[in-house]
Amino acid sequence: MALLEVKDLKVRVEEREILHGLTLTVNEGEVHAIMGPNGSGKSTLSHVIAGKPGYEVTDGQILFKGEDLLEMSPDERAAKGVFLAFQYPVEIPGVATMTFLRTALNAQRKARGESEYSTPDFLKKVREVSKSLNIPQDMLKRGVNVGFSGGEKKRNEVLQMALFEPSLCILDEMDSGLDIDALRIAADGVNALRSPKRAMVVITHYQRLLNYIVPDVVHVMSKGRVVKSGGKELALELEASGYAQFEDAA
Amino acid sequence: MPAVQETVERVKRIDVDQYRYGFETLIDSEKAPKGLSEEIVKFISQKKNEPAWMLQWRLEAYRRWLTMQEPTWARVDYPKIDFQDLYYYAAPKPKKTVTSLDEIDPEILKTYEKLGIPLREVAMLEGVEPKVGEDDPARRKIAVDAVFDSVSVATTFKAELKKAGVIFMPISEAIREHPELVQKYLGSVVPTSDNFYATLNSAVFSDGSFVYVPPGVRCPMELSTYFRINERNTGQFERTLIIADKGSYVSYLEGCTAPQRDENQLHAAVVELVAHDDAEIKYSTVQNWYPGNSEGKGGIYNFVTKRGDCRGDRSKISWTQVETGSAITWKYPSCILRGDNSSGEFYSIAISNGFQQVDSGTKMIHLGKNTSSRIISKGIAAGKSQNTYRGLVTAHRKATGARNFTACDSLLIGDKCGAHTVPYIEAKNSSATFEHEATTSKISEDVLFYCIQRGLSQEEAVGLVVNGFVKDVLQQLPMEFAVEAQKLISISLEGSVG
Amino acid sequence: MNVAVAKTGNGRAVSDLFASAEGRLPGSPSVIATRREAFGTYERLGLPHRRIEEWKYTDLRALVGEVLPLAAAPDAAALKRAAEAVKTHAIAGARKLVLVDGVFAPDLSDVKALAGQAGFKTLRESLEKDAGLLKTASTDAVISLNAAMATDGVVLDIADGAQLSTPIQILHIATSASASAFTRSRVAIGKGARVTIVESFISASAGAYQVNDAVLITVGDGADVAHIRLMDDAPDAVNVSSHFVTIGAAVKFNFFNMTTGAAVSRLQGFITLAGEGSELSANGVNLLQKTEHGDTTLVVDHAVPNCVSREVFRAVIDDRAHSVFQGRIIVRPDAQKTDGKMMTRALLLSDEAEADNKPELEIFADDVSCGHGATAGALDDSLLFYLKARGLPEKQAQALLIQAFVGEAIEQIADDGLREHVIGIAERWLERRS
Repeated sequence: MALLEVKDLKVRVEEREILHGLTLTVNEGEVHAIMGPNGSGKSTLSHVIAGKPGYEVTDGQILFKGEDLLEMSPDERAAKGVFLAFQYPVEIPGVATMTFLRTALNAQRKARGESEYSTPDFLKKVREVSKSLNIPQDMLKRGVNVGFSGGEKKRNEVLQMALFEPSLCILDEMDSGLDIDALRIAADGVNALRSPKRAMVVITHYQRLLNYIVPDVVHVMSKGRVVKSGGKELALELEASGYAQFEDAA
Repeated sequence: MPAVQETVERVKRIDVDQYRYGFETLIDSEKAPKGLSEEIVKFISQKKNEPAWMLQWRLEAYRRWLTMQEPTWARVDYPKIDFQDLYYYAAPKPKKTVTSLDEIDPEILKTYEKLGIPLREVAMLEGVEPKVGEDDPARRKIAVDAVFDSVSVATTFKAELKKAGVIFMPISEAIREHPELVQKYLGSVVPTSDNFYATLNSAVFSDGSFVYVPPGVRCPMELSTYFRINERNTGQFERTLIIADKGSYVSYLEGCTAPQRDENQLHAAVVELVAHDDAEIKYSTVQNWYPGNSEGKGGIYNFVTKRGDCRGDRSKISWTQVETGSAITWKYPSCILRGDNSSGEFYSIAISNGFQQVDSGTKMIHLGKNTSSRIISKGIAAGKSQNTYRGLVTAHRKATGARNFTACDSLLIGDKCGAHTVPYIEAKNSSATFEHEATTSKISEDVLFYCIQRGLSQEEAVGLVVNGFVKDVLQQLPMEFAVEAQKLISISLEGSVG
Repeated sequence: MNVAVAKTGNGRAVSDLFASAEGRLPGSPSVIATRREAFGTYERLGLPHRRIEEWKYTDLRALVGEVLPLAAAPDAAALKRAAEAVKTHAIAGARKLVLVDGVFAPDLSDVKALAGQAGFKTLRESLEKDAGLLKTASTDAVISLNAAMATDGVVLDIADGAQLSTPIQILHIATSASASAFTRSRVAIGKGARVTIVESFISASAGAYQVNDAVLITVGDGADVAHIRLMDDAPDAVNVSSHFVTIGAAVKFNFFNMTTGAAVSRLQGFITLAGEGSELSANGVNLLQKTEHGDTTLVVDHAVPNCVSREVFRAVIDDRAHSVFQGRIIVRPDAQKTDGKMMTRALLLSDEAEADNKPELEIFADDVSCGHGATAGALDDSLLFYLKARGLPEKQAQALLIQAFVGEAIEQIADDGLREHVIGIAERWLERRS
């Protein structure tokens, strides 16, 4: 069964239509890359899947494990297993990262009818994961993302991905603002989370990221639609020839 | 650095008192009898050949005024004013009807010349050299309306402005020539019942400027008015009304001076601005009324009501003021942000020295949706002066998306003065975003020492620091005024450091 | 029997408030004369209203209208209800001093436990000698009314050098509706003493009662004082309190107020730094909902050089509530090297909420570093979305952000146990949000 089905999705922001009938199917265990020039609607797609306010879906549907995602609030989607790794993770002063992680994890478990983690179990789990991602413990005591470098912020996103164990991860421009070393650490973290039960949608402008996170399927977006889909070689083709050839196709 | 150098040299040239505009012009003048009554109001109206509706308007204001009390909430202290001991009307005695500048009393022309104000249609103010690349004469022109005591004595560039459709004339003339505009707008921003001084002004105002910029017109030059109080024991009550119709733009400057006298004189002006859809008004003031002598004797009581109404959507009103003069200043140029997406700005430098008392600030009243306002206030207190910033920012329930940023900084020079900040910040809906910050500090000894060690005198060092402190606001002034204002600031602070 | 205020009622009705209470007011004949004089001042001024600058945003004439008659002295049933309330609100390990409906309740208090560290008297006992405690440096209508009507209070003398390891908690408990309690307390803290004072305002039964409290604190040189005030009155209550604090040299004074109840409340604090080298930290939180009106007014007066003051204030305003913060920093002519900073922020959770901020600086000395900041706005949508995208339901996401917002003020409380106690009250407020 398809994990995520986006069918003929049309989305407006204020008076302007950004997605003009986008269709996308992602199965369990697959890694999809969505590439496209700036303004093609890549980030809009990720925001609409996660339920960010400010977008109006005028037509089409999004099914997640066969359920209508658009009927759910953002937190319900998270509890169902949708995870968006933000392009720009926000800073939340005054909320310690550790408090945030525990509150979010337990809120998701509660929503799914699972028991909440005990404090020792939770701490053990966080320690394990943060160690593998090279995240120092004192970072977890600070406010969420407050004073974090670009690389630290992205690692914090991957840490959450590992803790929450979602079935769909959407990585929105994960490479933006990262140098090559930071990118490698973050990508290693993501790769460690690849599993037959989990799908990923990697949104990126550049092919570079796909050297580290190798996709099964590559989609090219232009002007609010998927205009071409193919294997990982499509990304290399794009790198060589650019997006211009697809501008007209849209 | 050159500005500082120049300032210092200028200061050296000034003798005992630093006020350089303190001379008196000896001319015959025609005055109404002392005191205030319905008869005086009628006298003023008659002198101006006003239509009946105008007299009626004045009389209503006068009757209202009789029921009102002087406000006491400001942090200013002065002996009670005897409103019956003032002249409410004084005009230079005309030798005959004036038809051109050449027929104006040469004494008055000399006065303005001494003040550095061009009544002949010259292009520049004193002290500004034309810059390379700025040779377009239209850009450098400034139209001037000169108000001497109670009357306007000259208005320049009238013809050229008329070509563009801009009306710029003394308000006394506008009442006769454009009654439909005056009747529609006068008192629509500052109602006759607004406050004690505004109501008094409504009853007895004698002259001031009137500006109307028609739809879509960008006023081709800066407009300006110079106010001069000359006569003894005379109150000046000017009234200015500026209307920017849809999509128009106008920049207006005003300057003020008065002779040096031992007694205090009253100046109670009202300024009303109206900006329609997409219009913009930029209003700049350099206020340099006589501040009184070093013992605190004499000086102007400057009790002024200035308010702009952003009546149309996307309209903008910007106030910039450099306040260096007056014994007492009581002044809050404000913006009513009525139109959606309208914006208001207030940039202020208020300097007090000697025994001056300043209580000034602004009100930003957010009524429309997505309105924004910005307040930058720089107060500098020296000598034995008291300098207060008083400001209101309020967003009403329906003013969704209102935004304000306020920064008010005070600088103290010497330990006998006071600097005070009294902001009122009222958020009445959750989508309003307000940010306010204020600081008070003294000039850093380290900075002064650093400058002096590099060869600057104490005066120069202070001038340098102060000019840096006020830079953000000076940049808002039209260039001609910025240079003038910078000099004025340094002169005002002369003698403030031991 | 309701008594009208000076403005709206006739003179006789206002006088009745005092006349009917006079027989119950403690004090020698000369004290009663002082009271009568104070009441005369109140009668002349009437309840404060918006045209009085200091009360611009808290118009008691409009908000309260009338002063309720003096509450009856608590009977056995009232004391029993109060005892229950004490159990719920007492801070673990604290020595309790309990005032019920404005009258000291010895059986609910731990007076004996103070022996050797603090002298204790009631206001009633103190007024048998002289009227000194009824006089304050500055006064207004509500302070005058308090001087006229105060029935009781605690008078504490903390000895020089006393080191109190556990807090002294003064509990004000209201048990009767439609009545007023007037209390006045004094705490004199000796040189080098170390003490934590907590004041709690609570009710043992919901009702439209009124509280008018005054506290006079003097702090000796070198003392280290924490003063925490928790105003958690019943939803229909009115609480108007005035604090006078005079701080000596080289003192550390840490003040915190939190308002989580009352239909109308005002805390007006007048804090004077009267000795050099002292540090004042004055912080507050207003958590308001429904149609509550909460006013925190703090005047910090730097009368001498070389002191530091820091103020952090946070308001969270829901529904149609109205929060007021007025903070004034005064620097007197000779108070050079003053360092005074104040930051006030308001969070509006509803479109009908209102926040009024008036942060003032009044500065007469030049070698100072003073400043204030103020902000008002809603919860940040992007933060809310981030939290929701991580699985937090709306209310929980809001709660987390609100806690972080007020945390900046609450974390100024040094004692871990007290801080947890305060956070607990804030959490209960969050749970009450509809």
